[in-house]
Amino acid sequence: MTGVEVERFLRLFDPRGVVVAGASTHPGKFGFVSLHNILASGYAGKVFATNLDGAPVLGVPTMRSLDELPEGEADLLFVCTPRSANVELLRTAAAKGIRAAFLTSAGYGEAGEEGRAAQAELVQLCEELGILLVGPNGQGVVSTPSHLCAQIVAPYPPTGRIGVASQSGNFVSSFMNWSCATGVGISRAASCGNAAATGVTDFLRFFASDSHTDVSLAYLEGVTDGREVAAALRDVAARQPVVVVKGGATAGGARAAASHTGSLATDDRTFDGLCRQVGVTRAGTVEEAFEAAATFATQPLPTGNRVVVMTTAGGWGVVTADAVTRHPDLELAVLPDDLRDRIDELLPPRWSRSNPIDLAGGETRDTIPQVLEMVAGHPDVDAVIYLGLGIQSNQARMLREGGYFPDHGIERIVAYHERQDQRFAQAAHDISLTTSKPILTATELAVAFPDNPGPSTVRATGRLCYPSADRAVTALGHLWRRRRHLARRGLLEP
Amino acid sequence: MLRVWRLHVGLLLMSSPDLAATGTRTLSEAASKQLLARFGVPFVEERLVSNPADAVRAAQELGVPVVAKLCGDRLAHKTERGLVRLGLADDAAVLDAATELLALAHPDDGVTGVLVAPMLSGSRELIAGVATDPQFGPTVLVGLGGVLTEALADVSVRLAPLGRIDAEEMLDDLRCQALLGEVRGEPALDRTTVIDVLVGLSAAVEGVPELVSVDLNPLIVHDGRAVAVDALVELRAQGAPS
Repeated sequence: MTGVEVERFLRLFDPRGVVVAGASTHPGKFGFVSLHNILASGYAGKVFATNLDGAPVLGVPTMRSLDELPEGEADLLFVCTPRSANVELLRTAAAKGIRAAFLTSAGYGEAGEEGRAAQAELVQLCEELGILLVGPNGQGVVSTPSHLCAQIVAPYPPTGRIGVASQSGNFVSSFMNWSCATGVGISRAASCGNAAATGVTDFLRFFASDSHTDVSLAYLEGVTDGREVAAALRDVAARQPVVVVKGGATAGGARAAASHTGSLATDDRTFDGLCRQVGVTRAGTVEEAFEAAATFATQPLPTGNRVVVMTTAGGWGVVTADAVTRHPDLELAVLPDDLRDRIDELLPPRWSRSNPIDLAGGETRDTIPQVLEMVAGHPDVDAVIYLGLGIQSNQARMLREGGYFPDHGIERIVAYHERQDQRFAQAAHDISLTTSKPILTATELAVAFPDNPGPSTVRATGRLCYPSADRAVTALGHLWRRRRHLARRGLLEP
Repeated sequence: MLRVWRLHVGLLLMSSPDLAATGTRTLSEAASKQLLARFGVPFVEERLVSNPADAVRAAQELGVPVVAKLCGDRLAHKTERGLVRLGLADDAAVLDAATELLALAHPDDGVTGVLVAPMLSGSRELIAGVATDPQFGPTVLVGLGGVLTEALADVSVRLAPLGRIDAEEMLDDLRCQALLGEVRGEPALDRTTVIDVLVGLSAAVEGVPELVSVDLNPLIVHDGRAVAVDALVELRAQGAPS
């Protein structure tokens, strides 16, 4: 994307000021909710609003007409007015220096012959006026670098490096809800609505050039211009990881897609082949997609596929060994002799002495960080999956809440367990940084008790604490596939 | 989606779409092979002959057993019409087969002769081809062939053009990996023989703008090497929309 094009998108994502057109005093209306969300999320630029009666909304004085807007103070127009008002509105906006417009208004391409004509007119008008048009019939735009939450729905996600673009607004919400749940943040997010002038691939091209975005995450449904989609995916995936969920993959889904976005679905195996060919990560479900993107954003790419599973409890290790072995592209590493000998010195002989490394309760105060460091540091190991974090802290929680705390020596042991799980989580992060290898921590405690010091420390380090080992294996597999794709084609950065 | 699905299954089943409706024409097997060979798709040596006596001579030169097939511009369904004779082991068998085949020709088959080719044997078959996706344009496919083709629908697709690495990964994507290794005393598939075919098909897509579809069905895995023993090229008719 050229510098000029990037600048156009920055007017949308990092505007100097925002105008909500059609701000409403009724808390049920888009014109109220969007203004509320902009104010509530701490947007630092100037906020303007129009209202037919000039009534203040949420303490913001409103203009009866956009004519009153001072020139050159706002870049983004967030449109909640009915279709009939929009042509004049956009002309005035352009005259005031506005260069980006997000339209929530309905009644366009999704609304019959007349709506389609109005949409075509809208596209042409914005092109004439030099306005980047997003929507209409869209949900909104989010940009954490500017603390901007210009959308008609919640949530506002934590700051991060994932850019989200979606053909369906619900998916923007889904991905951002996962972001809130896991703490792995979002840089920019946009729902394309009818995608009259700006579609998912335009956003992906921007993300590839955006200094705040490292990973693209997209929901695609129908494909109207296959060659452009293929070209965009190829260009963007050469520069950053791209994770795609595609709707309409089955005959039933394709029929639903046709009535939802009016777009043709395509043979699923053709789209699958395209993704493999250009190095796009295709995910089957929303959570798989988010977790893949979150892993790209927070873990280094493995340079090989040899995985070691390290666990404090046997059963998990066995099942995870199954998952790694079953994965078509990952390999359960053979534990190197020298590594086994070194771990022998730290643990009583009942440990597993093979991969998975099951410490079997033989660990003392410093064993887990020490073994983790030895394993991840070994040249024959490419990635580590660490299981068992937070067990002791979970007991500590029960001791805290059980009615006997802090007596009977409980306080001391609780503090010890909580401190230890924090240390272990921190060690997983630190050792991943020093070894440049992915270390994925998985425990359902991330979901069951997110405040557990284990998972909450993983979150504090900026990484994802996987809710199950299987999901960690799936995410790691996506990382390895991308690395292999780049390596085979000589696309790795030096 | 449904239309493409049928095209792909059509490829799997070696049937071709409604030619009149799609504004396309097919080439004869010999012409199809000739066109694809120009772009590097490998084929075994074979002879197109116009009479039974020449068929016998061709079989003697190529070595028996041979197959004989009626060859024509508009013969997309040779097997269904019984126009393929397998395992012809001597002069008499070749003579009879060629005579019969020529007698079975319809005036509108556009018959150009009888194709005589060495009879290759192998328990495994693959299919490969080109199909045009209405949205993504020309694609190259490879899949498991033979009697289980339809039931397993094990096929891998890429957009054209593709490179050797893509072609290799297409094979990796097939679910039937065990069948590509050593099977029942037959050696493992030499994957380069399939990669050559797929890369050749991709080159044909680039070199022949009017190419709509190609069926290579089957590729017989003979002594570990995948060899295309039939070919059907479909071209956009002149003046038809692309």
